[in-house]
Amino acid sequence: MTRKSQGGLVDRALPISFTFNGRPMQGYSGDTLASALIANGVKIVGRSFKYHRPRGILTDGADEPNALLTLHRGARALPNSKAPMVELVEGLEAFSQNCWPSPRFDLMAINGLFSPIFVAGFYYKTFMWPAAFWERVYEPLIRRAAGLGKLSDRPDPDTYDRSHAFADVLVVGAGAAGLTAALAAARLGKRVILVDQDSRPGGRLLAERCEIDGRAGAEWASAAIAELAEHDKVTVLTRTALFGAYDGRSYGAVEQVSEHLPDPASGMPRQRYWKIVAEQAIFATGATERPIAFTGNDRPGVMMASAVQTYVNRFAALPGRRAAVFTQCDSGYAVAADLAAAGVEVVAIIDPRSGDKPGVDATAAVIHGEVVGTHGKCLKTITVRNMDGKTEKLKVDLLAVAGGWNPNIGFASHLGQRPAWSEPLQAFVQDTPPDGMHFVGAAAGRYCVSAAIDDARGKVAALFGREGEVAAIFEEPSLAPPLVVSGCDKKAFVDFQHDVTVSDVVLAEQEGYASVEHLKRYTTLGMATDQGKIGQVLGHALLARQQGKGIAAVGTIAARPPHTPVCIGALAGIHRGEHLKPTRLTPTHDWAASQGASFVNAGLWKRAQWYTRPGDADWIDSAVREAKAVRSAVGICDVSTLGKIEVAGPDAALLLDRLYCNAMASLAAGKVRYGVMLREDGFVFDDGTVARIADDRFVISTTTANAVAVMRHIDYALQVIWPDLDAKACSVTENWAQVAVAGPNSRALLQRLLPDIDLSNSAFPFMGALEGRWSGAPMRLFRISFSGELAYEIAVPTGLGDALMRMLTELGSDLGCTPYGLEALGILRIEKGHAAGGELNGQVTAGDLGLGRMVSKKKDFIGRALAERPALAHSDRQVLVGLAPVDPSHRVTGGSHILPVGVPVSAVHDAGHVTSVAFSPTKGRWIALGLLARGADRIGEVVNVVSPVRETSMEMIVSSPVFVDPEGERLRG
Amino acid sequence: MTKRYSLLSLARQAISGHRGWMPAWRDATPRDRYDIVVIGGGGHGLATAYYLAKVFGEKSVAVLEKGWIGGGNAGRNTTIIRSNYLLPGNIPFYEHSLKLWEGLEQDLNYNAMVSQRGIINLFHSDEQRDAHERRGNAMRLHGVDAELLDADAVRKMAPFLDFDNARFPIFGGLRQKRAGTARHDAVVWGFARGASARGVDIIQNCEVTGMVRDASGRVVALDTTRGRIGAGKVGMAVAGNSSRVAALADLRLPIESHVLQAFVSEGLKPVIPGVITFGAGHFYISQSDKGGLVFGGDLDGYKSYAQRGNLPIVEDVCEEAMALMPMIGRARLLRSWGGIMDMTMDGSPIMDRTPVPGLYLNGGWCYGGFKATPASGWCFAHLLSRDEPHPVAASYRLDRFATGRLIDEKGSGPQPNLQ
Amino acid sequence: MIIDCPHCGSRDSGEFFMRGQAAGPRPEYADGQDAFAVYVYDRTNLAGMQREHWYHAAGCRSWLVVERDTRSHVVGSVAIAGKAVA
Repeated sequence: MTRKSQGGLVDRALPISFTFNGRPMQGYSGDTLASALIANGVKIVGRSFKYHRPRGILTDGADEPNALLTLHRGARALPNSKAPMVELVEGLEAFSQNCWPSPRFDLMAINGLFSPIFVAGFYYKTFMWPAAFWERVYEPLIRRAAGLGKLSDRPDPDTYDRSHAFADVLVVGAGAAGLTAALAAARLGKRVILVDQDSRPGGRLLAERCEIDGRAGAEWASAAIAELAEHDKVTVLTRTALFGAYDGRSYGAVEQVSEHLPDPASGMPRQRYWKIVAEQAIFATGATERPIAFTGNDRPGVMMASAVQTYVNRFAALPGRRAAVFTQCDSGYAVAADLAAAGVEVVAIIDPRSGDKPGVDATAAVIHGEVVGTHGKCLKTITVRNMDGKTEKLKVDLLAVAGGWNPNIGFASHLGQRPAWSEPLQAFVQDTPPDGMHFVGAAAGRYCVSAAIDDARGKVAALFGREGEVAAIFEEPSLAPPLVVSGCDKKAFVDFQHDVTVSDVVLAEQEGYASVEHLKRYTTLGMATDQGKIGQVLGHALLARQQGKGIAAVGTIAARPPHTPVCIGALAGIHRGEHLKPTRLTPTHDWAASQGASFVNAGLWKRAQWYTRPGDADWIDSAVREAKAVRSAVGICDVSTLGKIEVAGPDAALLLDRLYCNAMASLAAGKVRYGVMLREDGFVFDDGTVARIADDRFVISTTTANAVAVMRHIDYALQVIWPDLDAKACSVTENWAQVAVAGPNSRALLQRLLPDIDLSNSAFPFMGALEGRWSGAPMRLFRISFSGELAYEIAVPTGLGDALMRMLTELGSDLGCTPYGLEALGILRIEKGHAAGGELNGQVTAGDLGLGRMVSKKKDFIGRALAERPALAHSDRQVLVGLAPVDPSHRVTGGSHILPVGVPVSAVHDAGHVTSVAFSPTKGRWIALGLLARGADRIGEVVNVVSPVRETSMEMIVSSPVFVDPEGERLRG
Repeated sequence: MTKRYSLLSLARQAISGHRGWMPAWRDATPRDRYDIVVIGGGGHGLATAYYLAKVFGEKSVAVLEKGWIGGGNAGRNTTIIRSNYLLPGNIPFYEHSLKLWEGLEQDLNYNAMVSQRGIINLFHSDEQRDAHERRGNAMRLHGVDAELLDADAVRKMAPFLDFDNARFPIFGGLRQKRAGTARHDAVVWGFARGASARGVDIIQNCEVTGMVRDASGRVVALDTTRGRIGAGKVGMAVAGNSSRVAALADLRLPIESHVLQAFVSEGLKPVIPGVITFGAGHFYISQSDKGGLVFGGDLDGYKSYAQRGNLPIVEDVCEEAMALMPMIGRARLLRSWGGIMDMTMDGSPIMDRTPVPGLYLNGGWCYGGFKATPASGWCFAHLLSRDEPHPVAASYRLDRFATGRLIDEKGSGPQPNLQ
Repeated sequence: MIIDCPHCGSRDSGEFFMRGQAAGPRPEYADGQDAFAVYVYDRTNLAGMQREHWYHAAGCRSWLVVERDTRSHVVGSVAIAGKAVA
């Protein structure tokens, strides 16, 4: 154990057992997985991506490039988890990735031998011969070697939640600056949301030995949280990582809800995705420590100095016994002091800066020089080169590296704001963040605690017009630039996870990949799971050096969301499985279910597809039986899913005249007319019926698929194109249950239902519409037919739909009343040649559907002008035809193509395709509708109908699309 | 100095510390005049220049790029290549492209990682099956490979899919075996290297700010941030920004710019064999050689020139990802970004002369531009050099909106965010 | 994006459907095919502030004229379409 016996913010009274690669280990409550591994003396946690070099924990946060572990097993396996970001929980199982058989001894380390060849972009230069080898040999090898952790092949067993929140001030980060900002805003009475990704608020205050107002940092943080809890307009969300900034001052965050609980309550989500809209957002996101590029800087035992500080102070876990600090900023000296205070022997502080550092106490001998080498599988010695070029070896098992700081400003780039290089800070900063976004504290380069607090207090005050409280002007310290130790090359890493070395950057530049974006894409610098947080700026500084330019001229990459990786399950939230999309049920759904219906998706609706009855061998039997019942007796079918829109007002008729290609103004009250709407581009948009129920009142129907789009279209026409029209439209789809009653016995059945209304042919002829009452409620009756039989559609308020259906069934028992589903509906309409989904595909004109004569020449309507374009009126167009197989035993499939007989089956002869098919009980064979070039001239022609993907072809005879009762005598009867 | 890429040259360079590699392309400074100037150093522009030099023998060609080559949609797409189109105006073109992809690396001597691991378009209803059958048959009639798979056949290839999804179960899929992915950046660099080696000047950080026209209205030169450059002919290959560049010549196009987001997960061991699309919505996914799951869905739905999107679509896409393969919930989204699509009014591209003499347009690629890259370059080079459209691109006329000869694969009409 | 619907207040853009740039007045049939082709197909497609038609589909069903910058997604004024100057 390398845990100190006292100190730190872990609870030694609450031990936690966990395993690492199967080895049982123990940590304490308050530990992260990383701190517990360090406390258990684990040095090597995994292997690098490309060369499979042994790697240890490098950092203490989301920038960790090396310690990526798979947590849990089976369906719960969670690959690529960053050990410093994982809260230790009882029973946690953690596994190394991308190595075999173990991280200490990994056979794939053989890749390291090929490192002279595996340079940046090597794969673009080879693996090209022979061509077929790429998919068969090279790529499978590369794919197997690449990747990090393994995703389970089983469904994610956890659940996820989604919440919305609104705030005056969103504060991101609960360190000294964030807590100060949140307190300042809370005291002004603002609605505040404070988010912090850590389990415990405090940020660097938990890691550094510092005092605020005479109290230890961690204590001060606790007190601040306690005060925030007193404000009822303040929400503190710990374990919550902001991941993105979006337009309209919206932000996304993910809260860890139960992952840290040993035994979460049932139903508790694993994570919660927050969408936060905040007037102002204060980013107290701190800064990330920069590594230094030197040979062997990736050896286990080399660690960022700030991380060393965290592990030693916060977790009382010692990453080494004999340490050196390689620093080019003053913060490294504090780390040395903390190590010494914790009982670690500090052998040397290596500082490449010349001159004394006034005000900095060195707890160890200072060598003005650089680290130029590291040795041992895990760190055993380092080679140091002093200013005179002399080298010496120091025996250490820990090297803390302090290469300066990069303020965490990526969220501004999410909204397109590029960072700017600050010479005094030697870092990229956000001088002009987007509206509503403010960076404070270390994120604004105010690294020392007092400056950070002043900065946060001042910016909140300025934000809310309290100028008097603005803090003293900040003096920027003079800091050292990103450091690439001279002479280092192919074992000096700038991007640890992706094994991008100094040599790779140099080579990329040499080959002309000279912009930061080309560098990134050619070397993969900054594309690893730390999103470039660790090495990107260092790489760009190196690029600038190679080009002899300043870093400002080279620039950097814009960060993109998410700031830290987010589980896809969290973003999907509750919309899983059956909840992917809403399910719309018809008013008679339960009745249909009770009648043995099978249901099918129709958009978001569930519709009865067929009703299985004893003796039905299969669904075709059921559908044919139902269709026959309609043709011979009476069938009932819920058609409520069709869109229903009421249009009312003095100009309602005029509006409809402009919406439909056929005349509507002339429609008499009490009558229904079939209508076709075009898009303004002249193609068919939708079809349906228009019923005039009063002079100034219409109810129109739309297809199920287009109900929403037609409503939008009518609203556009009314509100945008012709706002002067005095009419209103409203969707009533959900307000009415509508049932088709179709078949020779339909009149008899309805007459029983509505004894007070005269339904005789003369009193209520074909295409009549009337309003009445049924069961004490309004009722509408339309004499319209989709099946071609004598038929009606009756509409009652939605709540009465079920009762209506039951009543019809009861009243019709001796009339052969049979429920029918979508398949029978399909048979009936195909037999009648009515266009539906397969034909109304957005690519057809009214003429293509054989409805050309309906199109008015007397009025302006939407789509008229462009429908007259040459290509839409061309005689070669494919038009609706009927098709029946010459051999009645043949079954045709939808999507088959139509060619003349006796020509090669190829595209040049392709004349159309089959749009709908059904088994026709009337014809005793499969029939089809299709779109066929010059189809109207080809009635009687035998054509070759082929489906190459099914390897079928058959001869079919072209006919009119109307197979049944072409004169329409039945529906008028 | 090493010019040719091979395992041998790589090994030889390894011995000398790779000091002998030269820049992959010359970073040229502009000359006074070129016979042909291509605006846009993306995949299409560079491919155009490459084929102009290689196939059409043009000696004086420049590519002007306002930033760094490949910085637009060439580097922002989801790298899918396929030719599974429906309409006769499209299939031959995209098939020409796929054939060029198949020999591209050997032609360019640059490994663009063209990987033909196939695409499966899933369907979830009988109607969708019919639509896919129609499409597959159209492809087969054009000599393009297509297979209609039932659910069991799909299950054999991708057993991890949620076949019995409670909302939209999988009925089957249409597969194009020859489809796949390519490494998008490498395509750009490969064409740049090939073009540069054949004398094309690739001029970066050179934004076109004006079009200089003579008395007849002909474009004769371009004003750029690097000075005036004379041009015999000017080709625009700036999809995403076609309207902005065309406006320099007072042209208005049937194009809207929309943002499309793309997503990549953290690196994972191989899970997905090829490209898979979810049919009950709009979602597509593949896995890069590096292990990242690369996926995307619908347009954000509003016009944009900002290369970023918003959360509603992020949610939609992740929801559909979970519906397709519910194991993906535990994979982490690593990065998302947006590209700007030239959305035309029928969803198909435009490659044509413009009403302005000397000015040619290659644009309107909607969200299908990457797969088109080689054929787009080839056909645009044909148009620029010979002043007549290549037969497989002959349908992509600018005047088709006036004549009605539209190529509307989806039938959604002149409403780009529904395409 | 957040759009300030004059009827419903600030709402997420996910509630809306964008139709496109606010087109000029619709021609009449007598104006001919070319006028309609321009109206239906041609777009200025500005990079900058432009007027667009948005439909509050999951709200009041109003068509709105929204001023929005296509480079930054910043939303300016929002007005009810029928009442806005076309």
